[in-house]
Amino acid sequence: MSRTRIGRIGDGSRKLDSGSRFEISRSVPVLLPPALALLVALAAASLLVVAYGQSPLHVYRLFLDGTWGNAYGIGQVLFKATPLVFTGLSVALAFHAGLFNVGAEGQLTLGAFATGLVGAALPPATPAAIALPLAVGAGFCAGAAAGAVPGALKAWRGAHEVIVTIMLNFVILAELSDLGKRFYDRESVHTAHVVAGATLARAGAFFPSLRGSALSGAALLAAATAIAVWWLLQRTAAGFRLRAVGLGAEAAATAGISVARQTVIAMALAGGVAGLVGANAVLGYKGYYEEGFAGGVGFMGIAVALLGRNHPGGIVAAALLFGTLSQGGLAINAVVPKEIVEVLQAVIILAVAVSSATVRRQAAQLATGARA
Amino acid sequence: MTTAVELRGVVVRYGAVTAVRGVSLAVERGAIHAVVGENGAGKSTLMRALYGLVPLAAGEVRVKGEPMARPSPEAAIARGVGMVHQHFLLAEALTVAENVVLGREPRRRGLLDVAGAEAEVGALAEEHGLAVDPAAPVGALSVGERQRVEILKALYRGADVLILDEPTAVLSPPEVDDLFAMLRAHRDRGGTVILVTHKLDEVMAISERVTVLRRGEVVGDLPTRDATPEAIVRLMVGRDLAGPPERGAGPMGDVRLSVEGLTVRGSLDRVSLEVRGGEILGVAGVEGNGQTELCEAITGLRRADAGIVRLDGADVTRASPARRRALGLGHVPEDRHRRGLLLDLSLAENLLLGRLDEYTRFASILDRRRLAADAARLLERFDVRPADPAAPARSLSGGNQQKVVLARELSLRPRVLLAAQPTRGVDVGAIERIHAELDGVRRRGAGVLLISAELDELLALADRVAVLYRGRIVATLPRAEADRERLGGLMTGATAQQAAVQP
Amino acid sequence: MRGILSGAFLLQALRISVPYVLAALGGVASERSGVINIALEGMLLVGAFGAAVGALASGSALAGLGAGVLAGVALAALYGLAVIRWRADQIVCGVAATLLALGATRYFLKVFYNSTSNSPRIPSTDGLGWAILVGAALLAALAEAGLRRTAIGLRLRAVGEHPEAARSVGVRVAPLRWLGVLLSGALAGLGGVWLAFDQHGFVANMSAGRGFIALAAMILGGWRPLGALGACLLFGGAEALQLRLQSSGMGLGAGTVQALPYLITIVALAVRGRASVAPRALGT
Repeated sequence: MSRTRIGRIGDGSRKLDSGSRFEISRSVPVLLPPALALLVALAAASLLVVAYGQSPLHVYRLFLDGTWGNAYGIGQVLFKATPLVFTGLSVALAFHAGLFNVGAEGQLTLGAFATGLVGAALPPATPAAIALPLAVGAGFCAGAAAGAVPGALKAWRGAHEVIVTIMLNFVILAELSDLGKRFYDRESVHTAHVVAGATLARAGAFFPSLRGSALSGAALLAAATAIAVWWLLQRTAAGFRLRAVGLGAEAAATAGISVARQTVIAMALAGGVAGLVGANAVLGYKGYYEEGFAGGVGFMGIAVALLGRNHPGGIVAAALLFGTLSQGGLAINAVVPKEIVEVLQAVIILAVAVSSATVRRQAAQLATGARA
Repeated sequence: MTTAVELRGVVVRYGAVTAVRGVSLAVERGAIHAVVGENGAGKSTLMRALYGLVPLAAGEVRVKGEPMARPSPEAAIARGVGMVHQHFLLAEALTVAENVVLGREPRRRGLLDVAGAEAEVGALAEEHGLAVDPAAPVGALSVGERQRVEILKALYRGADVLILDEPTAVLSPPEVDDLFAMLRAHRDRGGTVILVTHKLDEVMAISERVTVLRRGEVVGDLPTRDATPEAIVRLMVGRDLAGPPERGAGPMGDVRLSVEGLTVRGSLDRVSLEVRGGEILGVAGVEGNGQTELCEAITGLRRADAGIVRLDGADVTRASPARRRALGLGHVPEDRHRRGLLLDLSLAENLLLGRLDEYTRFASILDRRRLAADAARLLERFDVRPADPAAPARSLSGGNQQKVVLARELSLRPRVLLAAQPTRGVDVGAIERIHAELDGVRRRGAGVLLISAELDELLALADRVAVLYRGRIVATLPRAEADRERLGGLMTGATAQQAAVQP
Repeated sequence: MRGILSGAFLLQALRISVPYVLAALGGVASERSGVINIALEGMLLVGAFGAAVGALASGSALAGLGAGVLAGVALAALYGLAVIRWRADQIVCGVAATLLALGATRYFLKVFYNSTSNSPRIPSTDGLGWAILVGAALLAALAEAGLRRTAIGLRLRAVGEHPEAARSVGVRVAPLRWLGVLLSGALAGLGGVWLAFDQHGFVANMSAGRGFIALAAMILGGWRPLGALGACLLFGGAEALQLRLQSSGMGLGAGTVQALPYLITIVALAVRGRASVAPRALGT
């Protein structure tokens, strides 16, 4: 999480002072933990591939060819990275306010459900300029509601948001399986197709080489959201309030910032951003909400935010990495089981968590000497 | 007499900072030895080193004549050294007995002998005059009782050398008397006490010998009977203290802040007070008698159960902290690190905290250029060092951090300033500056509510002094009638029955 | 409504509760020592997989049991390495450990049995299954007594409440946290063994959120073994009731009943508010 310090003016030559909230010394390399994690993951991958009796080099080659080796692969990587950008930003937004959002999975599911319903309920002739904002906005609002609940319980009842969001994930998934039945097409677990105006254009419509890829305008929405989140956090008073609460709730309260309010706002924003996933999965890909489509994208958002150091730019990069892994799994499935990729994702998360904790500790030691 | 503990050339470093620079010190057996010094002089660090909690960069610790090869709490305990920490190390969910026996549990048939533990702890408490219920959970105990549990922990482990780090900071005067009686009894039985403090009356009252530290070095070591408080202060500070600031009488204005019947269950009992423009109302009291709750209820950080708070006549009892600030209530909180500053943010950001709206253009976008310029001006005006708006608040000394808080609050041009323990943990130079600023607020016609545990501070600055005891204002004295003895008596509740002198 | 309280119903409720109870006790062991454990789900899963592999490879249910418990302990050891030894974030690592369990069990399912869904059927394990059922109840009582009435239990609680206090009297924090975390791996692993035995094989993602239900039960039970046991039985009973009602053609939506334990926990957290009974040093 790199942060630009406000008020660096007066010495134009000074570089941006960026560092995580845990980092005290500027000399701490922000990129070290992710780099270490990738090395560990590469080693683990090689081990698993060799154990399966295949040559790592061959598998890596297949992996690269199937992802960044051709236009279709790139399109699929971007398509798979898109929801991860949303969930990564969701986790990061909450994190900046000192909250841990483990609920992106439920939030994005509810959001996508709302997007699907609204998209399908519109009159068939609704123009895109109206249909798209309505469908996407419905997803944001539903996700925001799902986020605001744990936020409010935390703010006014002191219920820990981690537990509540975990529990709420299951509540939403289970309840939707009941509720959904009233809306699903006959004998299916998906809603009706959204109206034409609410579908997002596929990239293949503009770039012939991307034909067949599910990449859609949702990727642009993800990029725009990343920029918007950065802007909010770094350049606005609203974002500063949020961060102030995350850095020291009591000091923020003393200065007249309502911690309860910021907590609800942060969780609602986090939920709303997660709720945008429906734009990719519903409006850009399937055309309808389908039960179980999330498949852990929300949990993966925690990893993306962690790997991206809670910085929007880092999150986009981390999402691309995880998108690459996910697409690469399919590319190598003929040679080694694609489940290898799931193992790798977990290994990367563990390695990043461990190495950033270690780096952080050493930085603290450098700064304050021996720990008491 | 023999030596109980001896330190030889002890050096302790925290990273690049040397906190203790070659301290040598001998503590005689059967004595109470005071170690005094200003905040940051290295007293606590030295004691932690002695107890093995921080590693020595150089030097040696000897206990009862034998050198400790590798100092550690375990080794210290094994040699009969026990430490009563300034911040209690007690698990609140566990009982007194569980906390005391932890690590050395009595067992019966392989199981924890709960009844035996409680009986043993009870007996030990009785023997040493430390009244506390062994079966009570620590979370239910008062601060004074918790301290007794800490002492019991040391005694249970057979400690005859007790190290107490600022033990009286959290105690009421009667509790201090109890503690000192217990320590004297311990000494008379042949035990040894090392008392870390910065209160000179305590040093004079109880110790046989006093060691003075300044900036990590020993600057004085003498029998207490040969010392005077003035001489010790000179050693601690390195110079004579300037007197209190010269006061020009300001015009007494209207009532700025009025508090009526303010009640916070369990902490504040129908507190009423008034602060007029141009006056400083001091609130004296031993810590933990409701000061924190009073601040929080007045600033809106905590909801009061009953009572009314008015700012300039407007009822703000239900207003948010932000609303109260907007109406002109400034607040210098007692806990600088937790409540005053965001240590990871820059000085500019800390100065802006709570004034965001003045620096936004449209759509809540911050005007960072103006912000930095204003921050630089404020830092200069309050003589904060370094006057660098981009420096993280964490990197400043306590005094400079407090100046930043003060700068922020005064830049709001408050009509009422609530200052809680504004000079705690602040070096002497900054204290003078802060006192001058508070007086300046008064002189320009605002009201100041000064909550302080330091009687000298109150007597120097306040026009009237209210005394808070067990959540009640037991008296309000005009400055002319307030003196140390009278306030001290009121603070202990000893003279609470005297009619409160209300304005 | 006839038969709701019949023996068959109670038995079904108990059978549903067994993995909850074991995993929740694991959660208590870990969290009372101060280590958050949202990896219970993963530990259940690897326990089930280990049991299936062990039983199929050796033909012995007992070996399956041993392998399942060992698998749980192995995942717990990895988790402990990350969060105790290297002090990484406990929630992040808990999520990662569960993802790892999901991926690794599916990977090895493919490697060992060339299937993406399930292992071959494992031989009858009935006797051992019953032993686990009875054992779960005994373990809850044992854990309650162990926490309160043994020196180790006291130290474990102390470390979870105030590690500095423990350290200052010479009680070392890390070994006790290791104990708590490894115990949680063994217990949750045993819960997984029960799952595999009960369903006569391993099915991909067969833990299906049970680890999180166990976590909810542990919280609802106030981090106490007997409290957690009670909450697990409540959840198990509600689920059994749902199955009954469903088969008799009436009843609430299946989803609503599935959501019930989680909803109850959220409500309990909201009601309990800030007066939480969670170990003070949890997560540090």
